[in-house]
Amino acid sequence: MTVTIGPRNHPAYWAFVLHRVSGLALALFLPVHLYVLALAIDDAARLDRFLAWTEGPLVKAAEAGLVVLLAAHMAGGLRLLALEFLPWHEGQKARIAIGAGFAVAVGLAFLLNAF
Amino acid sequence: MDAAPSPEGELTVEIWRGGADGRFRTYRVPRRRNQTVLDAVTYVQRHIDPSLAYRFACRVGVCGSCAMTVNGAPRWTCRTRVERVARRGRVRVAPLRNLPIIRDLAVDMTPFFDKWARAKGHFVPSAAGTQGFAEVAPDSPERRAADAGVECIGCGICYAVCDVVAWNPDYVGPAALNRAWTLVNDVRDGDRAGHLAAAAAGAGCHACHSHQSCAEYCPTGLNPTASIAGLKRMAFVAALKGAP
Repeated sequence: MTVTIGPRNHPAYWAFVLHRVSGLALALFLPVHLYVLALAIDDAARLDRFLAWTEGPLVKAAEAGLVVLLAAHMAGGLRLLALEFLPWHEGQKARIAIGAGFAVAVGLAFLLNAF
Repeated sequence: MDAAPSPEGELTVEIWRGGADGRFRTYRVPRRRNQTVLDAVTYVQRHIDPSLAYRFACRVGVCGSCAMTVNGAPRWTCRTRVERVARRGRVRVAPLRNLPIIRDLAVDMTPFFDKWARAKGHFVPSAAGTQGFAEVAPDSPERRAADAGVECIGCGICYAVCDVVAWNPDYVGPAALNRAWTLVNDVRDGDRAGHLAAAAAGAGCHACHSHQSCAEYCPTGLNPTASIAGLKRMAFVAALKGAP
């Protein structure tokens, strides 16, 4: 039988999807990040060329995306910790909205400083 | 039921026929005012194809036996009006997800209730209970926690909508865990630690991903996710205290 988005279209499920996708994306990003940092020891000139490339607007925009994912994953993680370890709170959807707002705000703050 | 046909004329109802390898068949049903999805299914069985298998009893949202998948979402068909769910005059009715299909719209609820037993979802009398009435303060934290989940009628909607059940068939599911939570909080029960251990074992409460679809779709308005979160919390504290 076909599985549709239908019954999953509610805030808590979207929060789960965002948390999972952001977690996977950050897990993929981290080795690349560490590799680039390692260039500081192995090949400083190459690192400088790479850092010059990252000054481009498209890379900055992509970085803002990463920052949003990181903030969203952190907010989602704190929300889940609160859900599982603190007494139940009826405002789960409000917490999800606050987490989403926090992630967007952090991304905008990054963009303000990026250019 | 209001027998007067509404101006819209006909409704196209797609109904799952056969077992797991079945398919949807299309029927045309006259529209009625205040018609429910159950009315439409019943019309098909009474007037078009008497071999259609489906389940219902009370028709008024008390028994929970008419739960089916309507346009992809699990619902009590007796409490679902056609006018609310029909898209361009069409409604698609399938059996509940995550349960073996017996035939057409009837599913085998055995795995669902077996898991209630696995989560130790039955009351265990205590010795004190035989010596008179138990006095339970209605506003005590335990009674409030139990009251919040006690109205479950076992319709299987939460079990059908839960993706964790779909991903891990061993997961006991929201209804059984919600039941366990009411018993863990029942001060009259003789084995509250046993209920907690059963609910936390294997693919029990800790397997829940907190999608909250169960709470979103429970027709009774219960919140199994809150009950499961309570079990997780209590099991964590019990583990810190060295519970087996």
